[in-house]
Amino acid sequence: MTGVLNARWPRQLVDQPWGIVLTVLALGGFGGLVLYSAAGGSFAPWAGNHLLRLAVLSGLMLAVGLAPPALWFRLAFPFYGLALLALVLVETMGAISGGAQRWLDLGIIRFQPSELMKLALVLALARVYQFLPLAYVGRLQGLWLPLLLIALPVGLVMLQPDLDSALTYVAAGVTLMFLAGLPIWHFLVPGALLAASLPLLFQLLHDYQKARILIFLDPGSDPLGAGYHITQSKIAIGSGGLTGKGFLQGSQSHLAYLPEPHTDFIFATMAEEWGLLGGLAVIAGYGILFAWGWRVAFAAAGTFQRLVAGGLTMSLFYNVLINLMMVMGLAPVAGLPLPLMSYGGSSMLTVMPALGILIGIDRENRRRAGPPELAEGWTAAPRLANRPARPTGPDA
Amino acid sequence: MHASRLQQLVFERRALLLGGLQLLAGGLLLGRMGWLALREGEMLAAAAESNRVALRLVPPRRGLLVDATGLPLAVNRPAYGVELVPSLAGDLDAALDRIGRIVPLSAEERAELRETAKGLGGSGTLRIASDIGWDAYAALNVELADMAGLQPVRTYIRHYPGGEPFAHALGYVGRPTREQWQARRDPLLLHPGFRIGKEGLERGLDQRLVGTPGAERVEVNARGRVLRQLDSRPDTPGETVRLTIDRGLQAHLGAFLGDESASVVVIDCLTGGIKCLLSMPAFDPDVFSNRIPSALWKAMQEDERKPLLPKATQGLYVPGSTFKLVTALAALAEGVPPTDSVGCGGRYTVGGRSWHCHRRGGHGTVAMERAIAVSCNVFFYATARRIGNDAVARMARLLGLGQTYEGLPIPALRAGIVPDAAWLRRRHDRDWSVADTLNTAIGQGSLFVSPLQLAVMTARIASGRIVEPALLADAPKPAFPPLPIPPDWLAVVRAGMREVVNGPGGTARSARLGIEGIELAGKTGTAQVRIITAAERRRGVRRNESLPWRLRDHGLFVGFAPVDQPRYAIAVVVEHGMSGSRAAAPVARQAMTYIFDRERAEAGLERRLAERERRRRAAEEAARRAAEEAARAAAEAAGAAPSPAGPAGGSPPAGAAAP
Repeated sequence: MTGVLNARWPRQLVDQPWGIVLTVLALGGFGGLVLYSAAGGSFAPWAGNHLLRLAVLSGLMLAVGLAPPALWFRLAFPFYGLALLALVLVETMGAISGGAQRWLDLGIIRFQPSELMKLALVLALARVYQFLPLAYVGRLQGLWLPLLLIALPVGLVMLQPDLDSALTYVAAGVTLMFLAGLPIWHFLVPGALLAASLPLLFQLLHDYQKARILIFLDPGSDPLGAGYHITQSKIAIGSGGLTGKGFLQGSQSHLAYLPEPHTDFIFATMAEEWGLLGGLAVIAGYGILFAWGWRVAFAAAGTFQRLVAGGLTMSLFYNVLINLMMVMGLAPVAGLPLPLMSYGGSSMLTVMPALGILIGIDRENRRRAGPPELAEGWTAAPRLANRPARPTGPDA
Repeated sequence: MHASRLQQLVFERRALLLGGLQLLAGGLLLGRMGWLALREGEMLAAAAESNRVALRLVPPRRGLLVDATGLPLAVNRPAYGVELVPSLAGDLDAALDRIGRIVPLSAEERAELRETAKGLGGSGTLRIASDIGWDAYAALNVELADMAGLQPVRTYIRHYPGGEPFAHALGYVGRPTREQWQARRDPLLLHPGFRIGKEGLERGLDQRLVGTPGAERVEVNARGRVLRQLDSRPDTPGETVRLTIDRGLQAHLGAFLGDESASVVVIDCLTGGIKCLLSMPAFDPDVFSNRIPSALWKAMQEDERKPLLPKATQGLYVPGSTFKLVTALAALAEGVPPTDSVGCGGRYTVGGRSWHCHRRGGHGTVAMERAIAVSCNVFFYATARRIGNDAVARMARLLGLGQTYEGLPIPALRAGIVPDAAWLRRRHDRDWSVADTLNTAIGQGSLFVSPLQLAVMTARIASGRIVEPALLADAPKPAFPPLPIPPDWLAVVRAGMREVVNGPGGTARSARLGIEGIELAGKTGTAQVRIITAAERRRGVRRNESLPWRLRDHGLFVGFAPVDQPRYAIAVVVEHGMSGSRAAAPVARQAMTYIFDRERAEAGLERRLAERERRRRAAEEAARRAAEEAARAAAEAAGAAPSPAGPAGGSPPAGAAAP
């Protein structure tokens, strides 16, 4: 038995950050439980699919985690090129079919290139900064490529138009540039300019987007119309109280007062039945993931791995933050699902590989600095053999 | 290496900053959630509860109407309906399309629903259909389970087991009008299942029938669908009201009359209870209580038999010879003894103008009893001139004509007209003349009475008391004061009425009851519908049979039975029945036969229905034969024209008949 476990591949399989895997499964599983309740106590139509997806994509996450970070380093630019091509393809297909289209039908799955780009952009930017000396980061020579890498996909998704994705790219890109060491005044000046031009930008928004923002500022203005979502979501969260109304007892979600109880507003659905304690558990779960993500980034060797780990952690964080702020009435309604918990394949298909890459970097870190028998993988066996032999046999 | 260390340092500093911001954000989120859950929790829990729970009115079940023996006349039938809250449904037309796939809705109904929806307040409910049947109800529940604003409901609808013969007496129910809502502002009026009485007793007794609404707390989802009842305070149904109506008698007479345009009123002389208040033809009150199809309404409005008019209470007729009883009683009340006689030579002349008796040769010398039996005009001309029109008008009012009866819970009773000098001055601005007195004496001229008034009049004559008509069986019975006429003088009038039916030369001998020991007494009347000109009279008055139906005379009959101990008074008016003896008297006979010998009456009805059926078949056969004949003639004409030397076939070729 030890022979098998000491072989190279099984050791790699067993060698996982199990705490993190369990956290991911717990969050996803809790999501399944909430979906089960949202469907009125039924696995159909959401919970069953969700749990199946969770199982399959957790496998994908672990598989991605087996790949060494060096592979992502090599693939960063091709991957980015591929994602960009897919975005162009989607754009032209949408133009041909005469309607906005955000996915490519690959026959087996519908694949959303804008989700893929979130991953590719982080990898590509990190790849750029790997060989860019710190002194050049703030200069024009060091700025044009990252800015171009960000601007290309942003421009493409804005054509669709997909403001949510564009903002996500900008946030991820800016975060990455910040972590890469771009001088602070590079952020302050554009930030100030942005703040000054907000009223102008507001005018450029679509009417429905303006309405979302205005209603966010004053949800009472239209409680039965567009402000309905925010109001009902707050009612669901607040009426849960400290311990919630109990599993399967949420009236807001079961009586359909809560919009989208299975996707964007799943946190409200959860909070109604599990209360503040449920919310605490979920936020703590994400907190564990983020803390681990930063630990991985701090321990990572080289700029590329550091930036990838930090960038992915922050991407995930933005997703969670915007969703939770929205359901609690702290941000305008945006169509962003809660990672891991919301129903929907596309979101999970992005989150799981991202976590997989983090796991890969983590493994690399531990191989370098961790306990020798774990860090050095297949060279561990001879070291074990060098240990003082344990007494064996009948006299033990 | 140094540069790389510096870069790592920068990364770590900035990562710590971001991590700190994350912690802050996490704290903010938890704080916000704690605020919502703990600080605003109670308020938001209340909001969730008020989302979930709706308080609803339960419309009271309407009180029942039963006949004198307790047989149901108006009941509530459980039914399945479908309601829609337009404000939740959004696009009303699309919603109606979807519902229409399961519950067929005519274009007319949809137009009406759209109209109703316009007047509906914010969360008002629209009753789409009231009686859709179990299958449609189940289908709606399954197929449109998540349609916003749709609510399949279990409800009660008003049902009238007696059907058409009771339509006018009972009336029907319907949605309250907007004016009623504006006047009362009672939210119950907005409930889609609530109905109020629209006509007849349903309207007159509405206060007693309506009951008190209940309330229920129900769980409602965001689409307005009621999911379950949480608790309820039951409604208090309206009173069950027992009427004096005899369901068997009225249904029997309704069938007997068929499509005759007629009305029958039967009154119990002792109690004043109305046993029968029939007006035919009528409508189906079940249909009218649900939704009145406008095409049907229009057709009924144009029908010359006036099915929408409650003729027994609102139909006004010239009483004709039936009014001679009033003239007779007026004379008795004035102290003219019934033995005073008048010589009838066939005409009565005043100031150079002649008034004819219906018998050219005259009746010879007649006293009151004989004058009533043979309906001698001249006797009543002379009598009326002797006592004056005021005495006649006074007696007419004393007998119940020219007035409505406050005690009857029927809306829109009509008073009719009892003309006198004051009325003539007011209405036509001219002086009362002898001619008016004479016309009124025999029930012509400006006299207008309703069948109900005629029945009350007859009941008062038969009983000798001022009988008040009643419809509520459980109301206390007052003692009726007697008429101011000596009983033995009144007996003379009754004897004359007995002669009308049973005596030799009586005008209604066809109405004799064939029942041992029970005799019917009565008086016929015929009221002209058209004006007979002098020229026409010289040429000879056309016989009724040769006139179109709507120009024929009305036939009237009033009577009571048994003669020796009057119990039931009856008034029958058959519109365009040509004469009282011919059309109206047999109906009275049938009514009394039913009351005193039901088996015989039912056998008679069966014979009449069979006869009617045979005649209908014969008419159909004749029409078919005439059509065939016409077709054959046309075919022969068509066949002969193109080929005069064509084959002389025994029967015309089928192809030729087709065009």
